[in-house]
Amino acid sequence: MSEETKKTKIGYYPGCAITKCSTSEEYGTSVLGVSRVIGPELVEIDDWNCCGASSAHATNHKLSTALSVRNISLAEKDGYDEVLAPCPMCSQRLIVSQDDVENDEKLREEVEDAIEMPISRNVKVSNYLEIVKNYSMDEIAEKQKKKPEGLKIASYYGCLLVRPPKILKFDDPENPKTMDDIVKAIGAEAVDWEFKTNCCGGGFTLSKPDIVIKLTHDILEGAIDAGANAIAVACPMCHANLDMRQQAIEKEYGRKFNLPIVYISELIGLALGLKPKDLGMDKHFIDTDSVIDTFSDIEK
Amino acid sequence: MSKKIGVFVCHCGTNISATVDVEKVAEEAKKNNPGVSYTTTYKYMCSDPGQKLLRDKIKEEGLDGVVVAACSPKMHEHTFRNASKKAGMNPYHVEISNLREQCSWVHPDKPTGTEKSVDLVRMMTEKTRKDKSLNPIKVPVTRKALVIGGGIAGIQAALDIADAGQEVIMVEREPSIGGHMAQLSETFPTLDCSQCIMTPKMVELAQHENIKLYTWSEIESVDGYIGNFDIKIRMKARSVDLDLCTGCSSCWQVCPCKKIKSEFDMGLGNRTAIYVPFPQAIPSKPVIDRENCILMKDARKRNIKPNDSKVCRKCLDSCPIAPVKAIDYNQVDEIVSEKVGAIVVATGYKELDDTSMYGEYGAGKYKDVITGLQFERLASASGPTEGEIQRPSDGKVPEIIVFIQCVGSRDPAKGCSYCSKTCCMYTAKHTMLYKHKVHDGHAFVFYIDIRCAGKDYEEFSMRAIEEEGATYLRGRVSRIYKKGDKLVVLGADTLTGSAVEIEADMVVLASAMKAQDDAEKFAQRLSIQYNKDKFLSEIHPKLKPVESSSAGIFLAGTCQGPKDIPETVAQAGAAASKVLALLSADELEREPVIAKVDRLPAPIYSTCIGCFYCQRVCPYGAIESEDIKARDGSTIKTVARVNEGLCQGCGLCAATCRSKSVELAGFNDEQVYAEINSVEFN
Repeated sequence: MSEETKKTKIGYYPGCAITKCSTSEEYGTSVLGVSRVIGPELVEIDDWNCCGASSAHATNHKLSTALSVRNISLAEKDGYDEVLAPCPMCSQRLIVSQDDVENDEKLREEVEDAIEMPISRNVKVSNYLEIVKNYSMDEIAEKQKKKPEGLKIASYYGCLLVRPPKILKFDDPENPKTMDDIVKAIGAEAVDWEFKTNCCGGGFTLSKPDIVIKLTHDILEGAIDAGANAIAVACPMCHANLDMRQQAIEKEYGRKFNLPIVYISELIGLALGLKPKDLGMDKHFIDTDSVIDTFSDIEK
Repeated sequence: MSKKIGVFVCHCGTNISATVDVEKVAEEAKKNNPGVSYTTTYKYMCSDPGQKLLRDKIKEEGLDGVVVAACSPKMHEHTFRNASKKAGMNPYHVEISNLREQCSWVHPDKPTGTEKSVDLVRMMTEKTRKDKSLNPIKVPVTRKALVIGGGIAGIQAALDIADAGQEVIMVEREPSIGGHMAQLSETFPTLDCSQCIMTPKMVELAQHENIKLYTWSEIESVDGYIGNFDIKIRMKARSVDLDLCTGCSSCWQVCPCKKIKSEFDMGLGNRTAIYVPFPQAIPSKPVIDRENCILMKDARKRNIKPNDSKVCRKCLDSCPIAPVKAIDYNQVDEIVSEKVGAIVVATGYKELDDTSMYGEYGAGKYKDVITGLQFERLASASGPTEGEIQRPSDGKVPEIIVFIQCVGSRDPAKGCSYCSKTCCMYTAKHTMLYKHKVHDGHAFVFYIDIRCAGKDYEEFSMRAIEEEGATYLRGRVSRIYKKGDKLVVLGADTLTGSAVEIEADMVVLASAMKAQDDAEKFAQRLSIQYNKDKFLSEIHPKLKPVESSSAGIFLAGTCQGPKDIPETVAQAGAAASKVLALLSADELEREPVIAKVDRLPAPIYSTCIGCFYCQRVCPYGAIESEDIKARDGSTIKTVARVNEGLCQGCGLCAATCRSKSVELAGFNDEQVYAEINSVEFN
C-alpha cells in the first residue's frame, strides 16, 4: 500500500448495530454512501468481532478488553493506521480498551495471550464526527448539490462521544461543537440548546423504560423549545431511544412531538444529493419527509 | 591542650531510659576517652534542677565542652546552650546527642538501644572536642516595615506596627486599599456591614503619621536581608497628580468610556476609564485605566505621546484645578527606593473564576449563574443594584435561588483539593441576606459537609436553616441548564437517596479561594517557599505560623491559605508583633551558624572557583558574587560570598561546593569527620 492511499484509506469497523440487516442499518448505509462521494475510502476490517460493549464490559473486564483490542490489531494487520467506528459505543470501547492495556502491562500480556496477536499501539480510533471534520469539510463544500431551507437542527451528541473526556479527548464534554459545525457546513441552522450531552437512557430502554421515557422526553422537549425541527444524532442507541420511543413518550406526556431524528450522515448525504432511500431514511419510525423536503438543488 | 568534656545523659522520664541503659551509656562515655572528665545521668535534664546541675558542674569541674545526651536538638539545644552561657562557657561548645527521637523511640530492645546510644554519645564527644567558640552575629536594623497588600490583613498589620510607633510603608497594586473585604456586603457571624467596619480602618491608615501609602504601585524588587531590605517600588502611572487632585469627581462624570466592567463590582456593574473604584476608596482620587481609555488607545496605535492625541480630552478639560491641572496624560511609571527592616506579605487571594472547569454549571455562559463575590456585590448597598437582589440577566428579583457549595474546593479531580474554609459560612450568610431582602423567596443550598467550626459559627448556620428557612440538601449538583428564563438545577440529595431538580431563577457558586495568579512569581522574587496550590508557606504550621522561610519576612492573611476575616485579623496582628519584636532594637543578634566562603592570602585569594553552584542550591538567595580586585582596580577573580543576614545555616552550599571552599560554622569538615571517624564500623 503506498503512503498516498494509506492516508485516505481508513479501516471501517461497523459493529453490531449498524452493519447490514441490523437495527440501525441506515446509519451504516449512509456513512458508506457519503464516503463513496467525498471519501475517505472506508474498507471493512476483515473478520471483525463484537466490541465488547453492553454485557461484556459490565461483566468481564478482560473479555471486553480482548474483544475490543482484537479489532484494532486486525486493523493494523490489514495495514490501517486509523479506524472509523461510527457507533460511539464501539469507538468508546475501542479507545478505552486501548487506554486500559496501555496502562496495565499485565492486562496487555493476558489479552495478547487470549487474542493470539500482538496489540497494536499505533492505530487511532475515530468516531464519525472526527472523520468528517478531519477529512471531509472541504469536500462537502465542493460536492454539495442540495441545500436545506429553514432546517433547524438540534445536534445531539449523547454521552459516549465525549465521555470519559480524559481518555477520549474529543471536543468539549459539556458543550461539544463538532456536529454543529457540520450542520452549519451543509447550510442548516444549528440551534443553541441545552441537552447536547444529556443521557438518553441508553441500554435501559428495555429494562427500565420509565426512566428512558423521562430522559428522552426532556431531550425532545429541549429541542422543540429551542426551535429545532429535527434532531441530528451520531449514535444508534440515541437514535433508537429518541425515534422508536417517541410515540410512547408522546402518549405518556400527552404532547405531540413528531420530531424527526436523523443521523448526521443522512443529512450530509441529502446535501450531496443522494437519494433518501439509499440513505435508509425510509427506515425511521418518525417520518423524515419534513427534513428531506427542506433540501432543494443549489442553483449554479 | 585537650578539652575537659562533661557528658550528661537524660532519662527523659522513661522515654529514653526504658530502651536505653543510661547508666551504661554514661559509663562507656568515660571509658577510653581521656577528654571526658565528668559524666552523670539525670531524670529530666531540661528541668530547672537539671539545668542547675549542668551549670554547677561546668563551674565545679571546669568543663569547657558539654555533651547533653537527650532529645532532639530542635527541642532543647537552645535551653542547654543558654544554661552553659550562664555558667560562663561559650554556648557553642555544647552539643546534643539525640538519644530519644533517633534512638529510644525507634528501637524496641535495650541492648540495641544502648549500643547505638554509646556510639551516638561518642560521636558527639569527638565533635565537641573540635568545637570552636562562636559569637552571635550583629546585624543593624532599619526600623521601618514594609507591608505588601492593602486588604484587611495588610491594613491591620500596618496599623498595629504604626500604633506601636514604628514607621510603615504600605504598597497596594490596586488604585485603592480595601481589598476583598471592602467588596463584601455583611460579614458573618454578626451580619454587620463590612464597609462600616472596614472604612474606619482605611481612614485611620491613610491619616496615620507613621504610615506612608503607595497605591497603584507594585514591588519591583526586594534585595538585602533581615533588618536591611532594599525595596524598589514601581509607582504605576496614575495619570493623575495625587497632590493636586481634590477628588472632585468632575473628570469621571464626563468620561465617555462608560461601559468598562468594574473589577470592584466583579463585572456586574460598569465604570468609566478614569475612575475611583468605589465611593469610599482611599485615596479617593482617580486613576486612568490606560488599557481602555480612548485617548491612550489612540496614542498607542499611532505611537505618539498621549498628550499629543486629541481624540478625547474631556477629563482634562473638566478638571477645575488651576493653573496646573491635576491630570497628566504623559505621566510615566516611577521607581522609588525604600529601606526597611521587616516585611509583611499580605497579598491576599483570588476567587476561582476559571469557568471552563465547570462547564456543567454554565458559569460564564449563563448570566444568572454567579459567584459568591458577585453575590456580595449584589447584596451590598454600594453595589450595582444598590443592595437589591436582582439577577444580572433581566433585573428580576429571584424567587428561587440555589447556592452550590464547594465549587472548585474539595475537588481534586477538577479544582483544588483543599477546603476554602469560608464558603459554608458565607453561603449561610447569603441565604440570610437573601431572605431579609426577599421575604417570600426560597433558598436552596447544596453542600458536601457543613464546616462551621468557629465561635458562634455553628449557631449562625443553624439559624440560616432553622429560622431563615433555607433548605439544605446534602449532595452535589451535576448540571445546570436553561429552560425558558429559568435555570434547571439537577442534583442529588444523598440523605434521601433521590435525584433533585430545582427550577431556579438564579444560582450562586461558592467558588474556591485561590492563590493570586502571580503568587508563584512573587514568592520566588522574595525567596519565600510556597505549597502546591501556590499559597505561601509558613515555617512551621503550628509553632511558627506567620514566619516565612525568609528571615524578616512575615505572612498575614489569605496569601498563606484560605481564611476568614477574624482569622486574618488575628494573623495580621501576630505578624505585626513579630515585626515589632524585630524592630525593637538597633541591632539584631543572629545565630552564628552560617556558611562562609574562604578567603586566603595572595596569590590564591580564595579557593572558590566561581562556579556558583552554591548560588543555585541556596533556598534563601544568600549567595552573592564578589570581585576580588587588585590595587589598580582590575578584577583578579570573581568568587562567591555568603550574605550573613540572609544565610540560615542549612549547609546546602557547603555540601554542593566542588572545591571545598564553603564552610558552615559549627559544622565544619573537621567536626563532621571527627564524628564519622569515631564510629566503629563492623
